[in-house]
Amino acid sequence: MRVIVFVKATEDSEQGTMPAGWASEMMAAMGRFNDELRDAGILLMADGLKPTSQAKRVAFDGPGRTVIDGPFAETRELVAGFWLWDVKDMDEAVAWVRRCPNPMPGPSEIEIRPFNEAADLP
Amino acid sequence: MTAGETHRAIEAVFRIERARLIAGLARLVRNIDLAEELAQDALVIALSVWPRTGVPANPGAWLMTAAKRRAIDAIRRGKMRERKHGEIARELEGAFDGAAEAVELAVHDDPGDELLGLIFTACHPVLSADTRAALTLRVVGGLTTDEIARAFLSSEATIAQRIVRAKKTIAKAGPGFETPRGAERAARLPSVLEVIYLIFNEGYAATAGDDPVRPSLCLEAQRLGRVLAGLTPEDAPENAEVFGLLALMEIQASRLAARIGPDGDLIPLPEQNRVRWDQLLIRRGLDALARAEALGGDGPYVLQAALAACHARARSAADTDWPSIAALYDRLRAVAPSPVVDLNRAIAHSMAFGPEAGLRLVDEIADAAALRSYAPLPAARGDFLFRAGRLAEARSEFEAAAKLTRNAREAAFLLARAGACD
Repeated sequence: MRVIVFVKATEDSEQGTMPAGWASEMMAAMGRFNDELRDAGILLMADGLKPTSQAKRVAFDGPGRTVIDGPFAETRELVAGFWLWDVKDMDEAVAWVRRCPNPMPGPSEIEIRPFNEAADLP
Repeated sequence: MTAGETHRAIEAVFRIERARLIAGLARLVRNIDLAEELAQDALVIALSVWPRTGVPANPGAWLMTAAKRRAIDAIRRGKMRERKHGEIARELEGAFDGAAEAVELAVHDDPGDELLGLIFTACHPVLSADTRAALTLRVVGGLTTDEIARAFLSSEATIAQRIVRAKKTIAKAGPGFETPRGAERAARLPSVLEVIYLIFNEGYAATAGDDPVRPSLCLEAQRLGRVLAGLTPEDAPENAEVFGLLALMEIQASRLAARIGPDGDLIPLPEQNRVRWDQLLIRRGLDALARAEALGGDGPYVLQAALAACHARARSAADTDWPSIAALYDRLRAVAPSPVVDLNRAIAHSMAFGPEAGLRLVDEIADAAALRSYAPLPAARGDFLFRAGRLAEARSEFEAAAKLTRNAREAAFLLARAGACD
């Protein structure tokens, strides 16, 4: 099954202020983690995203379209990065996420969302 | 977490580590059966310890250490009666003088190479292709014998027996568990690639509504192909086929969702809704193909991947680059000749250079024994004749093809084409 794995944003990631020493250590650990994912044959894609100060939203209301500039307020619901993985099941995805280095200097969250499969569609 | 959830979480960790664990243990104890047993013992120990301690920081090293302790226990209890026991025991005891991390460094120094060694061992050419596939799915893919039996439409007893025999054959032949190097590696690589593609095709042949185990074989094979590509250095021309096979599987898999209609029937490539092709897999396939071509790859997998890539790059069936496809079939025919390749080559030439070109090539192979009752041959010939305006001849070819096919939908399609020859 295919899953998308979201690294949720934090105040730090949104402000783009990561302690320099911490950031280089985290990047090295994340590089090793990505190597492991690749070696296991499950990694399809990985990328980090710029803070939402660089983002835009288009709000829909019937025929209306309104463009909203970032940054956006609800920090904990924003996405800072993502992977696409091919895994056997959600248990495997959770086991992989558990061994991911903490992507943020403080508390943070990673969310796993399975893709719709052909069988799920009406 | 409930006890059941904890159990499942631990099993998921174990599944991630299992192949590398068995690979390291097999190299140590020189026996796949025992390695599997020791890995299973390590899981049992983890299931009793981890709920109290939590999953350790390096679960792979932890499981390896636990399994090695079991191996020493087994030796002490005299359960391993084969030769070399003393030697293995000494090696293991020496390794246990240090901390767990030291053991890890001393004996489990290159898990990638160990895993590659296990893949080459399971795919050893002394075994039949089917047996290699079953053993690889068992020890590398971690499938149960029941899952493998369902995948190959066989009985569990048959598969279990096949795997037992395979392990005995390997033990007797003594190919070792090392990764072959140099000329030996080049000689044994095709039997590895053949097995991975065989597993992929078993999945690809399964249609929706069947047992879900079968379609999941595609993913299993893609994973094996990605693992193998990750462990393969991009330095030798013979390695191009590893990336070629990966490219071929990724691109073919990109069409999985588009090739089955709502009624479960297969939709031929020109009629597929290309919006449903998986662009991520296509991109991965094209990347792998570029790596293969950078190595100068010109083998059957690279050429088939290049063919698949021609279709993947075309935004619509009408945009297909038929001259390139015709040229690729010319090369494929030289390295992997077969009547089916000849027929596809004729079709490609007809699309690139007109129906007469197709007719010329198809008439060269019309007498091939393998194609005598092969419906696609008269179907292709009928299409060439129809496009050349020779309608009466086209009609009799379509009718002949309709009689040969066992697929009712295809027969109806061919009869409709015959009916249009007026």
